[in-house]
Amino acid sequence: MTTTGLTPHSNFWQSRRVRDAIVAYAFILPWVIGFILFVGGPIVASFVLSFFRWKMIAPPKFFGLTHYINMVTTDELFRISIWVTFKFVIISVPVSQVLALGLALLLNQRIRGLGFWRSAFYLPAVVSGVAGSVIWVWMYHVELGIVNNGLALMGLEGRNWLYDRELVLGSLIVKSLWNIGIPMVIYLAALQGMPQQLYEAADIDGSGEVSKFFAITLPMLSPAIFFNVVMGIIASVQTFAEPYVMTGGGPDNATLFLGLHLYQNAFHYLKMGYASAMAWIMFLLIFGLTVFQFGLAGRWVYYEGGAR
Amino acid sequence: MVVGNETVPTTERLQSDAYTRPSRLRTILIGNRFQTGLVRLLVIYVVLIFSAFLFLLPFYWMVNTALKPSNQVFTLPPTWIPKPVMWSNFLTAFTIQYETDPPVYNYALNTLIVTVNGVVSTIFSSALVAYAFARLEFPGKNVIFLGILSTLMIPFAVVMVPQFIIWRYLNWLDTLWPLMIPHWFGSAWNIFLLRQFFMTIPREYDEAAYLDGASRWHIFIRIILPLSKPALAAVAVFAFVFFWNDFLGPLIILSTPENFTLTLFLANFSVAYRGTPWHLYMAAALIIILPCLVLFFFSQNAFLKGITVSDLKG
Repeated sequence: MTTTGLTPHSNFWQSRRVRDAIVAYAFILPWVIGFILFVGGPIVASFVLSFFRWKMIAPPKFFGLTHYINMVTTDELFRISIWVTFKFVIISVPVSQVLALGLALLLNQRIRGLGFWRSAFYLPAVVSGVAGSVIWVWMYHVELGIVNNGLALMGLEGRNWLYDRELVLGSLIVKSLWNIGIPMVIYLAALQGMPQQLYEAADIDGSGEVSKFFAITLPMLSPAIFFNVVMGIIASVQTFAEPYVMTGGGPDNATLFLGLHLYQNAFHYLKMGYASAMAWIMFLLIFGLTVFQFGLAGRWVYYEGGAR
Repeated sequence: MVVGNETVPTTERLQSDAYTRPSRLRTILIGNRFQTGLVRLLVIYVVLIFSAFLFLLPFYWMVNTALKPSNQVFTLPPTWIPKPVMWSNFLTAFTIQYETDPPVYNYALNTLIVTVNGVVSTIFSSALVAYAFARLEFPGKNVIFLGILSTLMIPFAVVMVPQFIIWRYLNWLDTLWPLMIPHWFGSAWNIFLLRQFFMTIPREYDEAAYLDGASRWHIFIRIILPLSKPALAAVAVFAFVFFWNDFLGPLIILSTPENFTLTLFLANFSVAYRGTPWHLYMAAALIIILPCLVLFFFSQNAFLKGITVSDLKG
């Protein structure tokens, strides 16, 4: 009886390392199951489905690469939606970051009532895409909205912000700039954690404010900038609620975002195969932009005390 | 100003002396690194006030409209302060019923169910997975963790169609189940956030309990979770805001008004009311964002911690 505990077999199962590993797999089991059911499985299914024509009634029919070919040859709206999304991302993300960083720098000064100012800038971030969009539709209302009435007070002529195809994407970008609370707080935290010795050293050297900003602040902030840019791209490529609520993709498809075009194909026309193909293009777009950012990161992101 | 054997040129020396010993006037106006100058202070506050004005303007416009009597909504120029203040608009927006559509509190109840489930499930499942990555060693640990993080790049659109098909086969479309069940399996971002936090808890606590014969499960429940209240609160408030505001999920799953959540109701408002009574629309929008605003004011620290606890250098 006493020797059983000494056999190699039971030693193996009783060793702490093995037991911990078994427990660990049990702990991560929920994620593994969830991944297979709701992420990994659907990704594979979506990929397979993109080669089939399926409108949910008749059984799926093999379609080869036709969906992907149609995107570039016959579906004018797909080309428009890619272009709209691209324009939005390429303007909204950088401008948001500059604005968020600017506000964070302002809040990092010796000011009174930091909590109040920070709340004012952060507050829009807790307002939902739908509620925020509804508020902005009312802001932009051509006769009764505060934007045009405010302009009138200043003696300026109002515009039809959501029904003018030249202006509408700009109006949506402005709305997106209202939601910069999260990147701003990340920048502020990074600024507050900045080692003061660097600035003291620069002061002794007699560096000016501007050179201190470009030589110290910006490089030290680069990991935060990198993080915010990547997250910003991932979120803005998927923009959906704003065009859905504010414009419905119009006027004249000027705000037909990729997410909206995809949603309409999947759930209005029930083109499940085609929608899946488009979803994969969206994924590749995000993946490509993220990898591109990681590739660039080596050149400009500075990690303190770490060789890359 | 002699560095080694080199003498610094006179002009440069003067400039650098001038900088290190600035005049009193310059200090008062521009400031130095110990105090902020008056001019600088003025610029800072002007920009702050102007920016805060712009950021709060949409809230003002919403509240202003929500409190107006209906006839003042369409007057030009607009009334900048509603008079009389119509508090009853909130009651009307909350109880009004159009034809066969259910009243707003029905949508609120659906949203509450989805949100409470979302908060509880996200906290529990993410903490469980995060604990394994923070404390236990097992083959494939790093690869799996990278796998979890890389799912952040996958747009909902890619998994949306197959998920929809799964729910259709289960006959669960137009029920709240598809909006509740998938969140019991851990969410990538929260797993990452909680792992970062768990790693800051001294391992000695675990070891002591382990030597006393406590199981890993007990350590997780009785030691790690109680010590992680700030991080769990952060996850909770973010999950609350996410589920309360979720739109695309409910939009593809729910089809009859009885099952709608608040965001669907708000998006369909003009359709349901055959036109747009803007004062009621804004009152409804305000009611819908209010829980998130209140939550933010009462748990600012949890919000800020949640955003910044993740180590950006990792």
